[in-house]
Amino acid sequence: MSHRRMQTSILIAGAGPAGMAAACAASESGARVTLIDLSPTAGGQIWRGAKPSGKLSKQWFERFAKAAPERIQSARIVSAEPEARKLLAELPGNESIAITYEKLILATGARELFLPFPGWTLPGVVGAGGLQALVKSGLDVRGKRVVLAGSGPLLLAVADLLREREANVLLIAEQASSATVNRFGLKLASSPGKLAQAIGLRARLASISYLTGCWVASAQGDGCLRRVQVQQDGRRWTVDCDYLGTGYGLVPNTELAEVLGCSRTCLGVTVDDLQRTSVEGVYCAGEAAGIGGVDKSLVEGVIAGYSATDNPGAAQALFVERARTHKFAKLLNTTFALRAELRSITTPETIVCRCEDVRLSEFDAREGWRDAKLQSRCGMGRCQGRVCGPAVEFLKGWKSSPAKPPIFPARVGTLVADDEVES
Amino acid sequence: MPNEIEITINGGQVRVERGTTVAAAILQAGITSFFHSPSGEPRAPLCGMGVCYGCMVTINGETGVLACQTVCAKGMKVVTE
Amino acid sequence: MSQVPDVIIAGAGIVGAACALELAQGGAKVAVYDKGVVSGGASAAGMGHLCVMDDSEAQFQMTRYSLDLWSRISPTLPPSAAHIHCGTLWVAADEEEMAEARRKCDFYRPRGIPAEVLDAKQLAEAEPNLRPGLAGGLLLPADSVLYQPAVARWMLDEACKLGATVHTNQSIAAIEDDGLHMADGAITAGGRMVNATGAWAGQLTRNTAVKPKKGHLMVTERAPDFCFHEVVELAYIKSSNSGATEAVAFNVAPRPTGQVLIGSCRQLGVWDPEIDRNILNKMLRRAIEYMPGLAQLRGIRTWTGFRAATRDSLPLIGPCPGYENVWLATGHEGLGIGICTGTAKVLAAQMLGTPCEIPVDGYLPSREAARNA
Repeated sequence: MSHRRMQTSILIAGAGPAGMAAACAASESGARVTLIDLSPTAGGQIWRGAKPSGKLSKQWFERFAKAAPERIQSARIVSAEPEARKLLAELPGNESIAITYEKLILATGARELFLPFPGWTLPGVVGAGGLQALVKSGLDVRGKRVVLAGSGPLLLAVADLLREREANVLLIAEQASSATVNRFGLKLASSPGKLAQAIGLRARLASISYLTGCWVASAQGDGCLRRVQVQQDGRRWTVDCDYLGTGYGLVPNTELAEVLGCSRTCLGVTVDDLQRTSVEGVYCAGEAAGIGGVDKSLVEGVIAGYSATDNPGAAQALFVERARTHKFAKLLNTTFALRAELRSITTPETIVCRCEDVRLSEFDAREGWRDAKLQSRCGMGRCQGRVCGPAVEFLKGWKSSPAKPPIFPARVGTLVADDEVES
Repeated sequence: MPNEIEITINGGQVRVERGTTVAAAILQAGITSFFHSPSGEPRAPLCGMGVCYGCMVTINGETGVLACQTVCAKGMKVVTE
Repeated sequence: MSQVPDVIIAGAGIVGAACALELAQGGAKVAVYDKGVVSGGASAAGMGHLCVMDDSEAQFQMTRYSLDLWSRISPTLPPSAAHIHCGTLWVAADEEEMAEARRKCDFYRPRGIPAEVLDAKQLAEAEPNLRPGLAGGLLLPADSVLYQPAVARWMLDEACKLGATVHTNQSIAAIEDDGLHMADGAITAGGRMVNATGAWAGQLTRNTAVKPKKGHLMVTERAPDFCFHEVVELAYIKSSNSGATEAVAFNVAPRPTGQVLIGSCRQLGVWDPEIDRNILNKMLRRAIEYMPGLAQLRGIRTWTGFRAATRDSLPLIGPCPGYENVWLATGHEGLGIGICTGTAKVLAAQMLGTPCEIPVDGYLPSREAARNA
């Protein structure tokens, strides 16, 4: 194992839109910036693969290239020492790195919320964002039959990408009601840019069946996905398909923030108007501070970058723009809130914890997350509750336990690699 | 620089476009199961972003590597369970 | 109108659960109360080690008796108990520790405890992942490991079949002769009360000299065939009994899933439940010294727990000094999982005034006063 140490001024955890924006703002202010991310490339989920396709992403990638912050890629942050302002990360090839910083900006983004249903563990059932990620990282979907199901505009964005890559998108099943979705469409009128985007998207997807008040009740197949059972208004029917991309919204990735001691709510890391967390020297921007879409991530990233480089004036100039994005975020989150009926798609036999194969029925006699974890081992697997935790919270109302180190599974040797030991 | 590289998956040669992740390459090769859960169910990528631990494979002898976060490199030996 | 329970047990950890089952089997109407969930205290955190120990005659008697009782219960345990008969392997790093291994072997064998001294070669065969250069060890094949949260739950379920009731998430302020004085001011009346609240025991009854001894554990991803026994360094005993308030010792155990549990450490008098990076890392480094291959395994989770430590490292089982109707079943330090069975018998015998299969004097809470008199 090889271990190295480095120091930087502004360390940014996460190279998605918020991290990229923060890196630009901080670099342009003259600071030494280091950007660390667990992906091999920048862009996060929404701009995956660093191949900018839209106008917005092109602009930002150009700005990012000019800012040229130092990058540490394919790195998993596994532990933190906030008092020493140090993060420890594991790299491929048995390597590790300890980074000491003056200021830390958390741009750790979000992950998809998965609701368990019969057959959801079948190969071929992927996240909606997950399918987007796989396609952008080289999966050929030409001619493949795809059903998208879940909630939110992400389904449309993924459908757009799949259409572009010549997949055969058979259906987009949106759980929100048509009334709710139409209201959302009308409200978009107040932001012309968004409306134009939506209209363009609608046109491109015109040939794809888009059903509201609709969801997937089960996935079926022998060892891999062959078909899904779709439900709408009490009607059920079957759709043969090769992939099901399913995602019911986003969950902020707050684990690193929690281990650092930052206050948070169920909505995300708590920040003030300068994107400062409750821990001195630590900032947070983007989805980790609250789900809200790329525009929110970008403006919050820039504010955090200016804030961390002692440039509050430049930060304040963006408050109005940020307020606009927060208004949109609120609209987004209320529109696509999950309906209570979705709790019924998880049957007693459905596996809820994929890492440990724990079924919903094993929670019947349980009193809460801790009791369930101790008795069924749910949440004790490698994903450390990242998948099952939010699902169980939706199904049972139980909040999962706070994150503890290691923040991701980490080699025991990595965890001690930075220790100063007297020989 | 050629646009395609060769790796092996479960002993079989596979050509992929440069920049393809191991997860995409495995699915492309028609392999649907990456490993098995404690009760023996086949498992495959779910989140695509390195947090669900659903895409673990052995790469060049190292076990438990996340295929969706690993870009294919020439000569890589990938083994699914 | 529900009747007042004959016995109220405060603490739904494995000790409280074992006592509840024993007393219910004896015909008592038992109610168990806990400030949290079943098995939520030290019982959530421990390694689940069932072992024989010989630091003192009283400790040996209790651990041996308890193992006998476990061997009778084991066939009836549910699959979730995951009871693996892996044995304990005490590792000797040098000749001094080897002498200790031989001494223990000579102590155990005549007393019916299967024991075998291993030389360096045999040690390496028994646990190939131990580093070369160790002197040997002591194998105790009758020791075992189980998953105690499931066992505590099972014990309480069995007690409930006999009419016991379990009340979780009930904050208790104090235990008095008339019952549990709850945090909200109510009194839960009971005939006799048992304080089985572990590290918190001293907060609920007077004359209960129990201090927390914090421990950390880490569990790795699946690593089948990495280790086969509960492996412990012999120096562990030195560390746990020494006056030092903080110590680490090499201690690993396999789980049926193939995951490896890595311990152990102790910090006396510490109440902070957060992971302490410094001592955790010290513990991990010690573990890597003994099993270098651990460095390559991936740790998935870490957690802490509070053992209940007494001055002489023996549990407090018997009448609580200064009370008429209050009993103690606490102070089990790191052995609570193993000796909960013996504890239940020792407590029940005293409460019923029946003879006990082992002498009880060594565990009487009044021994502290007697010592000071």
